[in-house]
Amino acid sequence: MTTILRDMGRWWLGIMARLGRSLIFLIQILIGMPDLLFRHPRLIVVQLYSVGVLSLLIIVVSGLNVGMVLGLQMYNTLVDFGAEAALGPVVALSLVRELGPVVAGLLFAGRAGSALTAEIGLMKATEQLAGMEMMAVDPIRRVVAPRLVAGIISMPLLAAIFSAVGIWGAYFVGVGLLGVDDGAFWSQMQAQIDWRDDVLNGVIKSVVFGVVVTWIAVYEGFDSIPTTEGVSRATTRTVVSASLSVLALDFLLTAMMFSSL
Amino acid sequence: MSDIDARRAGTPSLVSIRDVKFGYGSRKIFDGVDIEIKRGEVTTIMGPSGTGKTTLLRLIGGQIKPQAGEVIVDGSHVPRLSRQELYDLRRRIGLLFQTGALFTGLSVYDNVAFPLREHTRLPEKLIRNIVLMKLEAVGLRGARDLMPAELSGGMSRRVALARTIALDPMMIMYDEPFTGQDPITVGVIMKLIRQLNDTLGLTSIVISHDVHEASSISDYLYVLSGGKVVGEGAPEAMKTNESPWVRQFMEGAPDGPVPFHYPADPIDDDLFGMVSA
Repeated sequence: MTTILRDMGRWWLGIMARLGRSLIFLIQILIGMPDLLFRHPRLIVVQLYSVGVLSLLIIVVSGLNVGMVLGLQMYNTLVDFGAEAALGPVVALSLVRELGPVVAGLLFAGRAGSALTAEIGLMKATEQLAGMEMMAVDPIRRVVAPRLVAGIISMPLLAAIFSAVGIWGAYFVGVGLLGVDDGAFWSQMQAQIDWRDDVLNGVIKSVVFGVVVTWIAVYEGFDSIPTTEGVSRATTRTVVSASLSVLALDFLLTAMMFSSL
Repeated sequence: MSDIDARRAGTPSLVSIRDVKFGYGSRKIFDGVDIEIKRGEVTTIMGPSGTGKTTLLRLIGGQIKPQAGEVIVDGSHVPRLSRQELYDLRRRIGLLFQTGALFTGLSVYDNVAFPLREHTRLPEKLIRNIVLMKLEAVGLRGARDLMPAELSGGMSRRVALARTIALDPMMIMYDEPFTGQDPITVGVIMKLIRQLNDTLGLTSIVISHDVHEASSISDYLYVLSGGKVVGEGAPEAMKTNESPWVRQFMEGAPDGPVPFHYPADPIDDDLFGMVSA
């Protein structure tokens, strides 16, 4: 019994210590932020490419697929009530409010998050970070901060692209294949989607996911044990904790935004 | 007092390590180490693996702090420096890592240009000239467009050396520069260490356990073992040193004060089941 209690205590303390370290880490990044933004903005551009642009393919393909499936499923339900003209707003609402930010967040954690952790972890394992520090260059400012900023900028853009492509996929299936009226699809969507309630809330969600996923990814990489096994475990941890955080935060944010809980 | 001791007494120290104690958890690495690195000399710290030679470099570079004792580099107490002061000091110290620690995402040229671009506001044209001169010094001017993955181990170390001297440091620390290199590369690195030290007026600290290589390029040697300095002197004097520690190390004897066997129960007990496995 005491062993179980002791193990639980140790586990809990471990989690708390990691949480504390990651917070200090975030503060260190923020302290170096002005220097990065004003003196080395180019570093962010380079990372925008590898974090954002290189994630485009998986985001576009998944968005298209999700949109097409949504179009099919919703049509089958709506047509029973003779309400297939509502396909546009239904699909758009699901994507803009929920699926866009969440699925893009999960994909982002898998594609960009794992890559960030592995890259930083390997830089640590091959002494590149220590070397930088010995050259009087702060690796948090030089390596970590640009990646975090790039993640925060990329994520909302990727979520927006996901939603847009998804709507286009639903349009292709609904209007192109199943015969929903073209004008109704767009006009109902336009009429029923609110800029502030739907679009802006979706954007806020995706910004939050971007911060959390990238923060977890860079922290796990920086804090990893600098061995082959350590880096591989850190990468796995990034994908697992970032995905779970996206889901948990989504519930919290949805509760705050769309209900009177 | 021999000639060498007399000369050393007249030369100021660049690095002074006084009665330093350090350990990880319960494992003691240093138990009262005293080392003086004189300006302008190549000093080699030798010792069996696991005696904390690399830890010593980390202490000098301020990456870790001693639990007791003083680490003084160029007049400043390293453990007491603020972060900014420590970074200012590090700009004047080069550390050559065992692996080279080149940035794998940057070409050879950009690797050498990295500290210049970070710490100076020189125009790109001037940076180019400096980079090419530094690469020329290590014989790799022609390799400037290669990526680190395309370099052999010896070339990586030479590029890392060019990067280390890019900012013209006052001191270079070499962590096991000869380990795992072919004889030609070892020869090249030996020549470079000595040549750079003398032509650029540097001070060099070499961490090594290659007795012959280290002896032939060094002005002074220290032998570490069991957390203490067990012998020191000029290479010639070390060859006739009486200390059994130094003898074992210099001659490469498998057994001696550093035992061949890792501590264990008597073999009879282990093999014939006197102790429960």
